[in-house]
Amino acid sequence: MERYIGRDLARPDGPAKVEGRAVYVADLDVPGAWVGGVVRSTVARGLLLGLDFDPGFDWRTVAVATAADVPGENVVALIADDQPLLVAREIEHWGEPLALVAAPDELQLARALAAVRPRIEARAACFDLERSPRVFKSIRVAQGDAGAVFRDVPPGARVVEGTYRTDSQEQLYVETQGFVAFPPASDGSVTVRGSLQCPHYVQKALARALGIAPEEARVVQLATGGGFGGKEDYPSVLACHAALLARVARRPVRLILGRHEDLAVTPKRHPARVRVRAAFAADGTGLALEADVLFDGGAYTTLSPVVLSRGVLHASGPYRWPAAEIRGSVVATNHVPYGAFRGFGAPQTCLAIERLMDRAARELGIHPFELRLRNALRPGDTTVTGQRLEHSVGSLEVLEAIARRTGFDRHAWGAPHAESGPRRRGLGFSFFFHGAGFTGSGEELLRGRVSLALLPDGRVEVLAGSTEIGQGTQALFTAIAAEALGADAADVVLATPDTARVPDSGPTVASRTCMVVGGVLAAAAAELRQRVGDGAASWRERARAFLAGGGDGAVTRAYAPPPGARWDEHSYRGDAYPVYGWAADVAEVFVDEDTGEVDVARLWTAVDVGRALQPRLVTGQIEGGALQAVGWAHREVVSARDGRCEQDRLATCIVPTTLDAPRFDVTLVEVPYPGGPFGAKGVGELPMDGGAPAVLSAIEDATGIHPAQVPATPERILDLLVARAEEAHA
Amino acid sequence: MKPIFDESDPVELRLCVNGAVRTLCVPPLRRLLDVLREDLRLTGTKEGCGEGECGACTVLIDGQAVLACLTAACSAEGSEVVTIEGPGFERARREFLEHGAAQCGICTPGMIVMTRAWAEACRRDGIEPTEDGARAALAGNLCRCTGYGAIVAAAVSTAREGFP
Ligand code: FES
Ligand code: FES
Repeated sequence: MERYIGRDLARPDGPAKVEGRAVYVADLDVPGAWVGGVVRSTVARGLLLGLDFDPGFDWRTVAVATAADVPGENVVALIADDQPLLVAREIEHWGEPLALVAAPDELQLARALAAVRPRIEARAACFDLERSPRVFKSIRVAQGDAGAVFRDVPPGARVVEGTYRTDSQEQLYVETQGFVAFPPASDGSVTVRGSLQCPHYVQKALARALGIAPEEARVVQLATGGGFGGKEDYPSVLACHAALLARVARRPVRLILGRHEDLAVTPKRHPARVRVRAAFAADGTGLALEADVLFDGGAYTTLSPVVLSRGVLHASGPYRWPAAEIRGSVVATNHVPYGAFRGFGAPQTCLAIERLMDRAARELGIHPFELRLRNALRPGDTTVTGQRLEHSVGSLEVLEAIARRTGFDRHAWGAPHAESGPRRRGLGFSFFFHGAGFTGSGEELLRGRVSLALLPDGRVEVLAGSTEIGQGTQALFTAIAAEALGADAADVVLATPDTARVPDSGPTVASRTCMVVGGVLAAAAAELRQRVGDGAASWRERARAFLAGGGDGAVTRAYAPPPGARWDEHSYRGDAYPVYGWAADVAEVFVDEDTGEVDVARLWTAVDVGRALQPRLVTGQIEGGALQAVGWAHREVVSARDGRCEQDRLATCIVPTTLDAPRFDVTLVEVPYPGGPFGAKGVGELPMDGGAPAVLSAIEDATGIHPAQVPATPERILDLLVARAEEAHA
Repeated sequence: MKPIFDESDPVELRLCVNGAVRTLCVPPLRRLLDVLREDLRLTGTKEGCGEGECGACTVLIDGQAVLACLTAACSAEGSEVVTIEGPGFERARREFLEHGAAQCGICTPGMIVMTRAWAEACRRDGIEPTEDGARAALAGNLCRCTGYGAIVAAAVSTAREGFP
């Protein structure tokens, strides 16, 4: 009988958060700290000829750092080393850091920043992903001979095609990014504390930039006010800047971005253009798929190759395609580099395939639900990479659940409306999957580790590099550890993610914290339980007796891939992900045909989570992710003019409020995954994939137009409505 | 970086914060938010934007919810300021925890303060607390984590105290 799995545990981080005691980076009291700021480029591309320092300013009152002051390598270490920490000569995007300043207070900092005059020679820049001169990465996935099917379409079959575009999206964590860095200790070691998702990424970046060993760079996570991917790679930039300033100023430096700056310079979702075509037999059976995926990577590589990989691997949708050819490229432009945001490439391609399925349903005269059901991957099927789906394939279960909950399978989707007046109601549908954990051999290469330490009083300390960013890591790890140990939740304590103490569990990304790191934690706890032994006495009594008898209470376990998993990075064949989460959404919208405004009233979602270890947490993840998806679908506009973000303040960077949010109806479906802790699998990103296609599908149901771009803003909807009216007229 | 600087000479200011009278010497237009967070080290009140768009800095002045980032400290002189650290939030805190309404927690203090202001207004004016009422009351407080359902439910439960 399980005590903690499936039952909601009080969040360990909860009381401090509701009482205002949780310490975020801006709350840290650091006596003697100076404040840091960044001198930024005002052009999207150019040459930095020099930096002039106003002689009227007393430069002895502040500290300044330029590219020449970087003691190690002038790079932001991530995938490719193409991004400098500070521009030495070539400027590749608006807002690129040119110099750093630290001052005793905000006022002096503002004066100093204004007194630095960069001399810049502007160069022609590229902002069009279709005209980019440079490709960061290309990927091809192929199965069977899709080309042959399209060249020689079988009799009775039908080819359906479309081009779909998605704009960028801002993560909009409510806490802006920030770090406090301390000056180097006498042994050369450096400490930073901040708001982040991946302490060991920051550690590696610091080591490279400062020319020290990784162990000499200590990274400590503070309470973090949201991330959603936005605090995956950028904290490495900010931490290095802060550490550099602390080194030059010889005192602690606080570098916290204001909202305008955060919106203008931190990475957002990759804009995309996806061309897709598919051939279907007359009964709706999918025969072949072709997709051409193009992502704008912005000025530097950052995480783009892996974002592209996930995008390409989700372009097939959760469907059977006997033949498929998917090509993808991520290209360089002079936009601010794009980066990680929940979904990580998949929402862009999911939008394309789901819109195409709606179009195919219309053209084939088959109900959109029926078309999905007919083509849905089932247990035993193979994906376009040749992965045979064996475990935890909840595809049919989520389809059945959403149909039961909404009756969408009987809704006359796309039928002409009888309503009079401009307000039209519509229902829309999406079916989607999301690979949990890193792509391909990622987890195997990373081998994320978790340690447990038995404390003298018998409690167990969990040491993991996974961060609490709101999603509930602390409650989840407490529940997993207590359950696997057979101990009380009160017997479990969690170490702060501090690279000086915790092992590298891998980054807190890719829907992997519960499934992958939680799985390693469960295995470590089972090992400790075995060492201590079961018995009638309480856990703490047994643990103390074990320690008194000379027992070793320290356990470290690393991730072991599921037996038989295989992946070929060259051919992109094999097991692309350890397992997939499956989900289906139905959205209800009201469209005002006079204004083009869309109100998303309700969103139903059925989600196969493997096992809901903490139902309240997983529901919170699903609702929160779904609202981000709905916001992106029709409301959240992010654009750039001459490479400069046009929504650099909350007055223009719009995200949904309580009044905009739909009412959610979440059905949790549990098809346990034997490779995850107690049957759980990753879910963090899945809810981001389906909201936009469901909303666009509902707009189509309401109005008859076929929105092909996200966000479907009132302007874009009106354009389509006008085109429809003109067509009807002609 | 902060958007507003007041370079004028400091003046003496007496503020009543969470029931205690505090005497400070600050520029008169210093933001109440900075006085609370920096001078009084009450960091539970958060700054999400500094320009009145997110609600993270919500505090009570004489029972009314105000945005501390848009309030000059001197304008609160002689008033009762209550922040998330103050008394009277017990019920709302409990409801937020029970409903899973705090995820990353950065919007939470502002949400809880606004919930209390709304709950007290409902009680005072005899208005039945409803989900729509809560949504209208909390419309100025952004949350990017929860999708709002849990927050709205927690707010309604809080405000229902004392209603049949
Ligand atoms: S900080 Fe005051 S409203 Fe955002
Ligand atoms: S809980 Fe994170 S912003 Fe609301």
